[in-house]
Amino acid sequence: MTFDATTINMLKTGIWETFYMVLLSSFLAYVIGMPLGIILVVTDTDGIHPIPLLQKILGLVINLMRSVPFLILLFIVLPLSKIIIGTRIGSPAIIIPLTIAAAPYIARVVESSFREIDAGVIEAAKSMGASTWQIIWKVLLPESKPSLLLGAALAITTILSYSAMAGFTGGGGLGAIAINYGYYRYEPELMWIAVILLVVMVQIIQEIGTRLSKKSDKRIR
Amino acid sequence: MEKPIIQIQNMGKTFKTANGLVKALDQINLDICQGEIFGIIGLSGAGKSTLVRCINYLEVPTEGQVLFEGESLAEMTPIQQRKTRQGMGMIFQQFNLLAQRNVIRNVCFPLELAKVPKKEAGKRAMELLKTVGLEDKAKAYPAQLSGGQKQRVAIARALATNPKVILCDEATSALDPNTTKSILGLLKEINRTMGVTVIVITHEMAVIEAICDRVAIIDQSRIAEVGTVSEIFSEPKSRIGRQLILGDAIKRVNFSGARQIRIIFDGRESSEPVISNLVLACKVPINIMYAATKDIGGTAMGQMIIQLPEGETEAARVIHYLKNVKIPFEEVTEDDI
Repeated sequence: MTFDATTINMLKTGIWETFYMVLLSSFLAYVIGMPLGIILVVTDTDGIHPIPLLQKILGLVINLMRSVPFLILLFIVLPLSKIIIGTRIGSPAIIIPLTIAAAPYIARVVESSFREIDAGVIEAAKSMGASTWQIIWKVLLPESKPSLLLGAALAITTILSYSAMAGFTGGGGLGAIAINYGYYRYEPELMWIAVILLVVMVQIIQEIGTRLSKKSDKRIR
Repeated sequence: MEKPIIQIQNMGKTFKTANGLVKALDQINLDICQGEIFGIIGLSGAGKSTLVRCINYLEVPTEGQVLFEGESLAEMTPIQQRKTRQGMGMIFQQFNLLAQRNVIRNVCFPLELAKVPKKEAGKRAMELLKTVGLEDKAKAYPAQLSGGQKQRVAIARALATNPKVILCDEATSALDPNTTKSILGLLKEINRTMGVTVIVITHEMAVIEAICDRVAIIDQSRIAEVGTVSEIFSEPKSRIGRQLILGDAIKRVNFSGARQIRIIFDGRESSEPVISNLVLACKVPINIMYAATKDIGGTAMGQMIIQLPEGETEAARVIHYLKNVKIPFEEVTEDDI
C-alpha cells in the first residue's frame, strides 16, 4: 500500500462523509427523539401531564426498536432509503436507517436527563401557575441543559459507531474504508488508519460535549 | 376578626397506593383570615404537607372544597386555577430555586410565567431583592448562596406576582436556628408591611410561637384543635397539643408489674428531700405505694415502698443511686406489703 494522493483523498472523503452522515442523522434523530423523550417524562404516572397508557405504549415501541440490531435494521430500512432518497448505497442512503436507529436511543438519553431534575423545582413552577408547556420550555429544558449536552456526546458517538457498520451495505465514510480494505482486501494498514481516525473523531466529540456541559452548568462554582 | 381569605370546608384527601387507600386528610374545616399569620403544626406524617398542597390545588382534594376569596377552586377551569395560584406564593423546605438561573432571573421566573414584560419584571425583581436584602447577589447563582440566602431569594420569588397569600412548607426546617430566626423575622415583616396572609406549615413549636397569630394542630389526618397561639399554648386541650407543647414532661410511665423496693429511713436528717433528689438525679418518675415516716428530733424514721419505672435501665439507675447515697433498701414482692 502506498500513501499516494489518491489514498489521502480517499481518506479525506471518508472523514467528510462520516462527518456529515453523523451530523445530519444526529440532527434528524434529535428532531424525532427529543420530543419522544419529553413525552416519556411528561406523560408518566407521576409526570406533569400524566397519560399512562400513551407512556406505556411509547415506551414499548421504543424498547422494541432499540432491540433490533443495527445491521438488521440497515437491511430492513434501506428499501425505504431507495424510496425517499432514490438510492440504497452511499452515505446519503445511510442517513435514514441511522436516524431511525438513533431516535429511540436519544429518546431514552433525553428521558434520563429530564428525570435528574428535582421534582421540587417542578412543583415550585406549578405553584406559580406554570402550564405544562411552560414547565417543559422554562424548567425541564434549561435545567437539564448540562445533562442534555453530555447525553448528546454519548448519542453522537454511538451514531458514529453505527455509521461505521454502513460499510457492509455499500455505505460510505471511514467505516466503509476500514471494512472494504481491511476485511475484503486484506490491507490492514489502511483499515487501522481509518479506525484511528474514527477514534480521534469520537475523542473530539466527547471532549466538546464534556466541555460544553461543564461550561453551561451553573451548579458547580 | 377579618374576613376569611381561604376557607377549607369538609375537605378530605385519599391517596391510592399499592397497599390500598390511604386517607391523608379527613374532614378538615379551617377559615384563614386576611392578613393573619396562620400556623399548621403536626408531627411528620400527620398530613400537613398534603393540606398545604390542597390549598393551592397542587393536590386535588377528594372530598369537600377549598375557597379562595370566596371562589371554589374545584369549579375553576385549569387556566383559572393557574391564575389563582399566581395569587398564592409558595416557599419550600428545599428552596427549589432553578439551579441554572441566576438570582434575578429566578425572581423574574413567576413574572415570566405571568407574561409580564421583561423590563417591568426586572425592575420588580430588583425591588424585591432589596426587600429581602440581597440586591448585591442579583447575578449570583443559587449554588453560590447559603441556605438562608436561598430562602430569601425564594421569598422574593414568591412575592413577585403580588400574591395575597404565602404558603410556607417547612420553610425553616433546613436552616440553622439563627437563620431560622431571620427568615421568620422577614416573613413577619412582609406580613405587617404588605398585608400578605402567611400560612406556615411546621413541626417546630418554636416557629409557631415566634410568628403565628393563630394555629391549627393536625394529628392523624384531622384537625385536633384550632385557636390563637396564646390560647393553645396556655391550655392545650387535645392529647397531641399537650404532647407538642409540653413535650416529654407528661410522658406517661407504666408502673404495672414493675419492681418494688422498700426504702428504710433510719435516722437520716429529715431536712434531706430524699425522694425528690432521687427523681432529679435519675430523671425518672417513681411511684410511691406506701409511706410511713416521722420526723423525730430532726431525723427521719420509718419506711416507704416505691415502684421502679418499668424500663430495665431506668430501674437500674434508681438502684445505683440508692446504693451510692447509702440509703438502705430491699426489694419486695407484692406479698410482702
